[in-house]
Amino acid sequence: MNTLKVDITKKLGKITLRSRFEVSGDRFALLGSSGSGKTMTLKCIAGIEKPDSGLIALGDKVLFDSSRKINLPARKRNVGYLFQDYALFPNMTAFDNINIISGDRLKTMELLERFNIADVADHKPSQMSGGQCQRTALARMIASDPEIILLDEPFSALDNYMSTIIEREIMDLLETFDGPSVLVSHDRNEVYRMCDTIGVMDMGELTEVKPRDEFFDDPTSVVAARLTGCKNISAVDDSGFASDWGIRVTLPAGSTCRYIGYRAHYLERVGKEMNGEANVFDAKVERVIEDTFETAVCFRQRDNDSSSPDSLLTWMIRKEDVDEMVKASSSGNLFLKIDPGHLMLLER
Amino acid sequence: MDLSPLWITLKVSFAATVFVFITGIAAAWGVNNLKRGKAVIDAVLSLPLVLPPTVVGFILLIALGSNSPIGKLCETFGTRLVFTWQGAAIASAFVSFPVMYRGIRGALEQVDINMIQAGRTLGMKEFTILRKVMLPVAAPGIIASVVLSFARCLGEFGATLMVAGNLPGKTQTMSIAVYTAMQSSNRELAFKWVLIIVFYSLFILVVMNSLASIKGGRTK
Repeated sequence: MNTLKVDITKKLGKITLRSRFEVSGDRFALLGSSGSGKTMTLKCIAGIEKPDSGLIALGDKVLFDSSRKINLPARKRNVGYLFQDYALFPNMTAFDNINIISGDRLKTMELLERFNIADVADHKPSQMSGGQCQRTALARMIASDPEIILLDEPFSALDNYMSTIIEREIMDLLETFDGPSVLVSHDRNEVYRMCDTIGVMDMGELTEVKPRDEFFDDPTSVVAARLTGCKNISAVDDSGFASDWGIRVTLPAGSTCRYIGYRAHYLERVGKEMNGEANVFDAKVERVIEDTFETAVCFRQRDNDSSSPDSLLTWMIRKEDVDEMVKASSSGNLFLKIDPGHLMLLER
Repeated sequence: MDLSPLWITLKVSFAATVFVFITGIAAAWGVNNLKRGKAVIDAVLSLPLVLPPTVVGFILLIALGSNSPIGKLCETFGTRLVFTWQGAAIASAFVSFPVMYRGIRGALEQVDINMIQAGRTLGMKEFTILRKVMLPVAAPGIIASVVLSFARCLGEFGATLMVAGNLPGKTQTMSIAVYTAMQSSNRELAFKWVLIIVFYSLFILVVMNSLASIKGGRTK
């Protein structure tokens, strides 16, 4: 199977894009906030944008090499690119959108069947739903017989229900697809479900590239930790004092981390007698935010008079446990323990 | 009443519009794909829009006259361009070219860039993208440009007069006929031509506009 090699730089206004990664058989995800350069990286691979310097290769085929002045036009790269807004041809029906690429009516019919859009074959994009448009775009991409698949936030324009369905369809497609794929997303859950390897982009820099599980269990930067959904992050000094939280924690010997992250569902309620011990703090409920199935409770260490949002620890708990916790907090009987084994040690 | 100016105007405007339509699309597409020098080339192509018609006529006279290479080439075929309806068509084409070119260029620029890039990643050739995607999507704007430049040809006076002269039955177009009638104090004839021009221009614009709205409605 082909390996995608990317090692490029490109100046984008104030930030400089620096991307360097390899994707072989697996599904790779570029995770980052908007404006971090992930879509630009994808466009450089597809040949829509030109990097300032570097190398992009797919297997033996060099797509871009600034030192040898190679810049293969997008048309010859054989890259399947799924656009965020589908980019269907609005003047053509679903059938024609696919047929102009496949050039074979039989193959087009097969694709229409396979992607479940045979019933809208003679509809134009303006007459189709978002899901049908996305399926047409997928079928059209497969019609071009790509060697690699690039997905640019493929679910961003779909509603919740539709995106679940399309996500499953894309998963099926990728499973049968014999080649590397790159997904660009800002949604950690989507990335977790769909990809094996994850790279984090922040301000144009590709900072961490890790296998999925390692990435979620053990991020090494604040940006990565936030992207994995960790809500509680504090600066920490060498003695183990987490200054934002106002809590002293036990760091592993020799740790050089400057920040720590903690997933609040690892918090544990302990009795009053434990107060004063390491990793235990007297918690005060500051805010309760009801969500659909769970409730977020924000705690602050009782003596911490900081008003910064970073000083809060947020814990998603079952709705029925909220009242008890609020009651314990107001009577000064809420003590929580941080398990040092579950601390994320973040270097930057 | 001699109706020949009507037929000459139609013939000249139609020929000029067809010619300008093809060159206008080619120029608009070419300029849009330029990586550098866009501003300069665009300025050169748009020049006839701002030049006085007499200046365009003067330049064309020199370029097409019997002493010019083009004039000599025509003479070897036993024909000439100056003082013929073909000359009038060339003058009209020059003057209406910027209208067509700028309109089509604007219409092509409006086409969603993602669609063009999608076409490229899907392996389509640039010319196929132009033909199958960009032109159909930009059709309403292109039709509007055709209407405007045809209208510009109908009203063309100065450059045509200088290049093709005022030969009744040969190069006398309607706008020139109005001028000639006034010169010879034939107010009645001038008034007739004015009426004809106004109604005929209005009619063509209405027909073309309704065509554009049908086409536009379908692509949307």
